[in-house]
Amino acid sequence: MKYLVKLFKGLMLFFLLFCYQGLKAESMPVPTKTDNQRTNDHCLKCHANNYFSYDNTVEKKQVKHKMEPGMRIDTILFYQSNHKNFKCTDCHSEDFAKWPHSAEVRMEPKMICIDCHGGDEKYAKYQFEKIEAEFALSTHAKRHAGEFTCWTCHEPHSYKISARSDSVINKIIAYDNNICLSCHNNINRFELISDKEKPNIIAKHDWLPNQARHFQNVRCIECHAHKIDSLLVGHNIQPKEKAVKLCQECHSKNTILKNSLYQYQIKTKATGLGFDNEAILDSSYVIGANRNIYLNKISIAIFLLVLAGITIHTILRILTKNKNGK
Amino acid sequence: MENKLYLYPGLIRIWHLLNALLIISLIISGLSMQYSDPINPFIRFDLAVSMHNVAGFVLLFNYMLFIIGNTISKNSRHYRIQLKGLMERLMLQFRYYTYGVFKHEQAPFPVTKKMKFNPIQQVTYFMTMFILIPLLFLTGLPMLFSGAFIRQLLGSKAFFVTDIFHITIGFLVSIFLIIHLYFCTFGAKPTSNFKSIITGYHEGGH
Repeated sequence: MKYLVKLFKGLMLFFLLFCYQGLKAESMPVPTKTDNQRTNDHCLKCHANNYFSYDNTVEKKQVKHKMEPGMRIDTILFYQSNHKNFKCTDCHSEDFAKWPHSAEVRMEPKMICIDCHGGDEKYAKYQFEKIEAEFALSTHAKRHAGEFTCWTCHEPHSYKISARSDSVINKIIAYDNNICLSCHNNINRFELISDKEKPNIIAKHDWLPNQARHFQNVRCIECHAHKIDSLLVGHNIQPKEKAVKLCQECHSKNTILKNSLYQYQIKTKATGLGFDNEAILDSSYVIGANRNIYLNKISIAIFLLVLAGITIHTILRILTKNKNGK
Repeated sequence: MENKLYLYPGLIRIWHLLNALLIISLIISGLSMQYSDPINPFIRFDLAVSMHNVAGFVLLFNYMLFIIGNTISKNSRHYRIQLKGLMERLMLQFRYYTYGVFKHEQAPFPVTKKMKFNPIQQVTYFMTMFILIPLLFLTGLPMLFSGAFIRQLLGSKAFFVTDIFHITIGFLVSIFLIIHLYFCTFGAKPTSNFKSIITGYHEGGH
């Protein structure tokens, strides 16, 4: 009987704990949608899916169609992007609310970065005007005027700022290089803009020693974009003939990496171990760019001491030789 | 060839010459990489990298010949350090270099067929050939071949730590080279030992 009472008490305790956990889970806040997100649901009901359905009023039946890939929005990426708080109609015409979308509204010109960000003090630190001016000088803008816009690289529904962050450098590199590769390594997107045959990137960079290691540790724009100091990311993409090919441009004390890939980290990171361009050491090591001032001084001191020792020894040998007449 | 000892057979001379050329080219290319500059490159960076890699590999091959040669021949006896009385012998040699040589005393450990090296030479050559040079391979090869391997082993600081070791050891080897060259002037004449390593015959001296 005593054992039965103990068992009953144990079961009751387990039951109470079980109920408590259930109540606790129920009381946890469920993420609520913002007004803009609820408004966007109207568009995303179709545009977030591979297929969409509509009622064909002529044939009086429901029709299912494939959504064009370029018209499909990845909601996870969108709600993590820089534009996550936007309503679709902040950038697109209110007339898109009607379906079927009219031909006029579908032909409306798309906005570009400067339309919203230009002349706005809130965004002054990003220097959109300078970016726009630099981009206008780029080979992309010159060769494909009109076809190549901000959106060609920075997909507005998923773009997330990476350079001006404390993110791990390798993530920034992968993210930024994917922007280039989304065209230069994708025949469909490449041919949409260029009449040329898509180049083989690996073969084109055959001359580059340790190619794989370079591709993993630097961005394409390090060599392919003209960099001005006041901009964090160079937008003046150069023709291939003008790309950096001299190793010492990166592998030297005044490495160009400190004004590009590591510019933000070098500005924000405190140094103290005596290494040149110390911010690079967090994720990489660049021979020639990461010299250590203390090691340099110690090695020069040892070298000079050895030379001085040899010189004094030699002089003494000569002097004693003369003294002894030998 | 009277009063001359035949100390360095042809194979040792070729090995030594190759070793010297490789070490010099590794030091020059290594320094050029470490202090590369876009305006004044001593050797163009990519050429310095190739030169360093090729010379490193040939040095590894040459080092294997050194190990095999010393395993199958009696040459290894020159590197066998007798620990008993080592300190006294080292001090005796040190006294000679810092005092006796100026008084034109006889070298305490003259070169013989049985023992080519004096105690200081023996210890420094041993340390260079059996500690420093293997450490250069141990730090150089992973950087060349498997970035991923040392990254896994040491994390994101892998290259930085490995290279700091590599250049520090490289620096010690270059200091050894300078001192080695200076002590080679301690022959019967300042040029005698340099001739010896070319002809194979050692003239009387230290």
